Amino acid sequence: MLPEYKLELVSPAGSLPALKVAVDNGADCVYLGFRDDTNARNFTGLNFDAANARTGVAYAHAKGAKVFLALNTYPQALGWERWKKAIDQAADFGMDAIILADPGLMQYAMKTHPQLHLHLSVQGSATSYEAINFYHEHFGIRRAVLPRVLSFAQVEELSSGTPVELELFGFGGLCVMVEGRCSLSSYVTGESPNNCGVCSPPKAVRWQQTAKGLESRLNGVLIDRYADDENAGYPTLCKGRFEVGGETYYAMEEPTSLNTLELLPELLRIKVRGLKIEGRQRSPAYVAQVTRVWRDAIDQCMKDPPGFAVKPAWTTQLGKISEGQQHTLGAYHRPWK
Amino acid sequence: MEMKLALGPILYYWPREKLQAFYQEIAATPVDIVYLGETVCSRRHVMRLSDWLEVAKMLAAAGKEVVLSTQILIESESDLKAMRRITENGDLTVEANDMGAVHRLEGRVPFIAGPYLNIYNPQTLELIASLGARRWVIPVEMSLQALQPLQHSRPAGIETEVFCYGRLPLAFSSRCFTARFHNLPKDDCRFLCIDDPDGKTMRTREGKPFLVINGTQTQSALVYNLIGDLDSMKNAGVDVVRISPQSEHSSEIIRLFRDCIAEQVSSEYAVQKIESMMPEGACNGYWHGRPGMEQMFLASARQHE
Repeated sequence: MLPEYKLELVSPAGSLPALKVAVDNGADCVYLGFRDDTNARNFTGLNFDAANARTGVAYAHAKGAKVFLALNTYPQALGWERWKKAIDQAADFGMDAIILADPGLMQYAMKTHPQLHLHLSVQGSATSYEAINFYHEHFGIRRAVLPRVLSFAQVEELSSGTPVELELFGFGGLCVMVEGRCSLSSYVTGESPNNCGVCSPPKAVRWQQTAKGLESRLNGVLIDRYADDENAGYPTLCKGRFEVGGETYYAMEEPTSLNTLELLPELLRIKVRGLKIEGRQRSPAYVAQVTRVWRDAIDQCMKDPPGFAVKPAWTTQLGKISEGQQHTLGAYHRPWK
Repeated sequence: MEMKLALGPILYYWPREKLQAFYQEIAATPVDIVYLGETVCSRRHVMRLSDWLEVAKMLAAAGKEVVLSTQILIESESDLKAMRRITENGDLTVEANDMGAVHRLEGRVPFIAGPYLNIYNPQTLELIASLGARRWVIPVEMSLQALQPLQHSRPAGIETEVFCYGRLPLAFSSRCFTARFHNLPKDDCRFLCIDDPDGKTMRTREGKPFLVINGTQTQSALVYNLIGDLDSMKNAGVDVVRISPQSEHSSEIIRLFRDCIAEQVSSEYAVQKIESMMPEGACNGYWHGRPGMEQMFLASARQHE
C-alpha cells in the first residue's frame, strides 16, 4: 500500500549555490538563515542577504520546492528590532514558513503576518506533545522540529498526542544535549546557540602543537589533545576528551554524526512530515550528495516500505562525505542513552 | 523591600535520610522560599510525590513559601503523568520547567516560570506573565545588562528571581553521563549518581576542573557565586535570590546571604567567608556579560586577592 502522505526532505542551504544544488538534487524544502545572529548558524561567510534570499526563493519556487527561514535564536531586548525585521522580510520575500524558537517572536509573527506558516525550531526544546500543543494553541504552529534526545518509541508516543506535523533530524551533526537548553558554549566563550546563534565559535578556537601532541583549546580550555596518528576534530566542547575519576575518554559524546537511513520505514509509518538534514555550514558539494542519497532512499521507501533496505552504496557515499566519521542512530536507538 | 532568599530544588540524588535531615535543617534557616522536587531524572525514586508533600507541610509550618518544581526534560508519557500530578496538586504553587508544564498551568493557577523556559526579552516575559506567571527565574546565562530592559518593562506583579549561588546547571541530555562513566546503560544505571552528592567532576586533560556530571545534567565545576554582586542585583530590582543546594554548608550559606542582604556583614567579608564553603572555586562571569566561567572581582573585593 502506498503511503497517502509525503515525507518531505528538508535540506540545509548556507548559501545560494547550496540552495540551488539542494533543489536540483531533489530537496522538497530548503532552510536558510539571514546573515546575522537571528539564526543558529551565525558563521562568517555563511547565509543570505536580502538579494540572495529573494533569488533563492524564486529559484526554489520555480522548481516546486519550499523555503523555510530559520530565525531560531532568542532575541534580547536590544536586538528585538532586527528579529522583527527578519520576520517582515520573510513575509515580504514569500518564504513558505519561518522556524522560530522565541514565543514573543511567534506572537509578533502571528499577529503581523497571519498568513505566514510558523514552525517550532528545535531550539524551542519541545520534547512532549504538551509542550508542542502549547505553541499550537497560542501561535498556530504547523510543524515542530524535535530535539535529538527522544527515542523512536518516545517520538511515536508524542506523535499520537498532537495535531502538529513533526520534523525530525535524519542526518548530520548530533547534539548530545537538548537544543535550546545548553549553555556550555556561553559558559566557556560567552556565546551560546540561544543568545548568539553559535556553539563553540571559531574565533575562540586555538590549535597548538606541543610536545604532548596537537592541542585544541576553546577560550583557553583544553578540549582535546591528539597523538600523531589520530585525526583531529573541530573542538565542539561536548565532543572533547576529558578526565573523570581517573579515566580520560569522550565523557559526553564521541565525534559521531547522526544517520537514520535504516529508520525510514518507521518514520513513514508514524507519518513524520519532515526529514531534516543538518549542515548549513557545509559546502554545496556536501549538500548535493547528501540530498541525492536521501532523495533516492525516501523514494525507494515510499514505493515499498516493507521491502526497504539501506543500500550499501548510500552508506558508502554518506561515509565518504562525513570524512570517515562514525555514524549513530543517536537517541532514536534507546541504548545510546 | 529587602530581597527574598530562595533555595532551589536539590539537583543531585541524595539518600532519603539525608534529604529529610537536610530539610529539617533548612526549616530553621532564614530562607523565605523553598523549591522542592526531583527535576533532573525520573529514575531517581527515593522520594515520591507524597514524601515531597510531607516535607512541604513541615516547611510551610516553619513559615516557608513552598513551591513544587517540575522535571526539566520531559521525554515519555510517564514523565508527563508525573508532571501532571505536580501541576494538578491543587495546593502548592508550581515552578514550570518546560512549556508543557506551562500549558498545564496557564490560565488556571498562578505559577513560577522556571529558569529553563528561555525568557530572554520583554515580549516573552509579558506573554508568560499574561498566562499567570507571578515570578520568573532568569536564564542562568543572562547578564545584568541584558536583564535591565526586562526589569524596566516588566508587567506589574511579577517578581524576578536570579540563580545566585551553586554549580550552574548548564545542559540537559537524555543520555546519562554518570551511567556512561560506569559503562552502564541508562535503563540499568543502578542509581550510582547517589554516590556523588555534589556531582562528579570532569577535568580537562591538564587537570583543570571543568564541568560536573550529574546524571543527565551537566553543571559547571566552578560555583556560580554572586554574593559580591548583591548590590547590583538590588539596584536592578531583583526580588528573589536563589541558592542551589549542595551537600554541605547550605544552611551557613543561606545565613551568610541573609546577613549580607541585611547589610549585617560587608560583601568583602561575605566573599571571603563563602570561599571555604565551596566544593570548588568561584565564577560570576555571566552576570557581568562575560563567559560564565570567568570570575570578575569587585573593586572592593579585590583587596582580599
